[in-house]
Amino acid sequence: MIKFTNVFKAFPKGGLALKDVSFHIAKGEFVFLTGHSGAGKSTVLKLIYAEEPVTSGEVRVSGFNAAELRPRDVPMLRRRLGIVFQDFRLLEDRTAEENVAFALEVTGARRSSIPARVMRVLTQVGLAAKAQAYPRELSGGEQQRVAIARALVNEPTVLLADEPTGNLDERATRGVFQLLRDINASGTAVVMATHDLDLVRQAPYRVIELQEGALVYDSAVDEPREAASP
Amino acid sequence: MNLTVRESLIAFRRAPLLSALSVTTIAFSLFVVGLFGLVAVNLQHALQDVAERVEIVAYLLPGTPIESITLAEKDIEAFPEVQSAAYVSEDSALARAHAELVEFRDVLQELERNPLPASIEVKLKPRFRDVDHVNEVADRLRGFGFVDDVRFGRDWVEKLDRLRGIAAAVGLVVGAAFAVVAIIIIGTTIRMAVLQRSREIAIMRLVGATNGFIRRPFLLQGAIKGMLGGLVAIGLSYGAYTLINRWLIHAAFFSKEQAVAIVGFGTLIGLFGSAASVGRHLRRV
Repeated sequence: MIKFTNVFKAFPKGGLALKDVSFHIAKGEFVFLTGHSGAGKSTVLKLIYAEEPVTSGEVRVSGFNAAELRPRDVPMLRRRLGIVFQDFRLLEDRTAEENVAFALEVTGARRSSIPARVMRVLTQVGLAAKAQAYPRELSGGEQQRVAIARALVNEPTVLLADEPTGNLDERATRGVFQLLRDINASGTAVVMATHDLDLVRQAPYRVIELQEGALVYDSAVDEPREAASP
Repeated sequence: MNLTVRESLIAFRRAPLLSALSVTTIAFSLFVVGLFGLVAVNLQHALQDVAERVEIVAYLLPGTPIESITLAEKDIEAFPEVQSAAYVSEDSALARAHAELVEFRDVLQELERNPLPASIEVKLKPRFRDVDHVNEVADRLRGFGFVDDVRFGRDWVEKLDRLRGIAAAVGLVVGAAFAVVAIIIIGTTIRMAVLQRSREIAIMRLVGATNGFIRRPFLLQGAIKGMLGGLVAIGLSYGAYTLINRWLIHAAFFSKEQAVAIVGFGTLIGLFGSAASVGRHLRRV
């Protein structure tokens, strides 16, 4: 599904963002990507959704090989992924409903099918009642739910989440995390980058830890340990 | 409604101020180009009017039989450069002098004999009204045996030639400069509109929009802005033209084709300006 083999990624100004990273994420898995800021979590995600090219090594994502990806394949790859960020990245001048519908429109989905699909995911994230609200009228947790709904509406096989709870208070964090767990339970793989170790400890999921660009711990391969490093 | 069209119109609705600002900027840039165009068009008209008076007069020897003259007139009219050749008899020359030279009426009245020669007045086709062609035709006219003298105001034609050259050079240089300035200003305006939506472009890319899909609404929008700007510019030019016409001088306005060309120019700049800005954006993000 997602396979990194001896992946190196150089910073444009020199130095390595990733050093010899290898792992394999199977269909339907839930994986935490942990590590300090700057350890390379976001870089791993960016390589997965082809925002940046691989320097060396191989990245395979749901049938696509990053090295052979042509520019016009990138949108096709992204339609199989759902991506969620710390800062939500919603369009401020569109309602929740329009934000979600937007993701369907850009992929050329049939117009008549859009409203029903949008309402279904908004219901799934618990925001059906606020479909007409603009992002500024929603709390952080609600905005992140809209972003998750937008990520889900194309029925991706993988949901990538880059610090999705980074901007949320504790209660909203719990809600969003539970939502991600539910999504995973219904069969979608989730890769969640986070440095919230409380969340990581709460759940029995696989943990991949990065340190200065190197993979230092993978709970699927290495001995289990008490907690991720401080 | 088509999605591209809808997305383009949404931008006008969501950012009405910026849209109005770009259209206004485009309109005034093109207005400046248009004003210069008006000057050029009118200058050209004026020069054409002056050139209209380029005339070669062949004075005939007295006593030339009218048959030879009629034949010569036909010959001359068959020259490729010649638009018309008109015979003016001694009598009509005198009659014209009476009518035009009012101050000398008394002198003319007292004449015992008509001193004015008969002549053939030759007008050239518009594109041959320059020194070289005038000289050539004059030489050919001298070849007729009964032609006494040929006059055509050489200095005057030469000056006209020089004036035309200067007008063309100034028109080309200043016109090109104005056009370049308009392109730069309009390009910058369009770029601002694209930059304002860079976040949206990034999000579109994230959810899997193809570059073509992202680009299309911007292109349409740029073209619409350019076209509206062009139309407003024509309106402004027409206003300026009306004022000038009423208070200053009688002037000419653009022909329909020239007006369409200005609007088309605006549309194209809008289109290509958008293409360039969005293209840069799609490569960078």
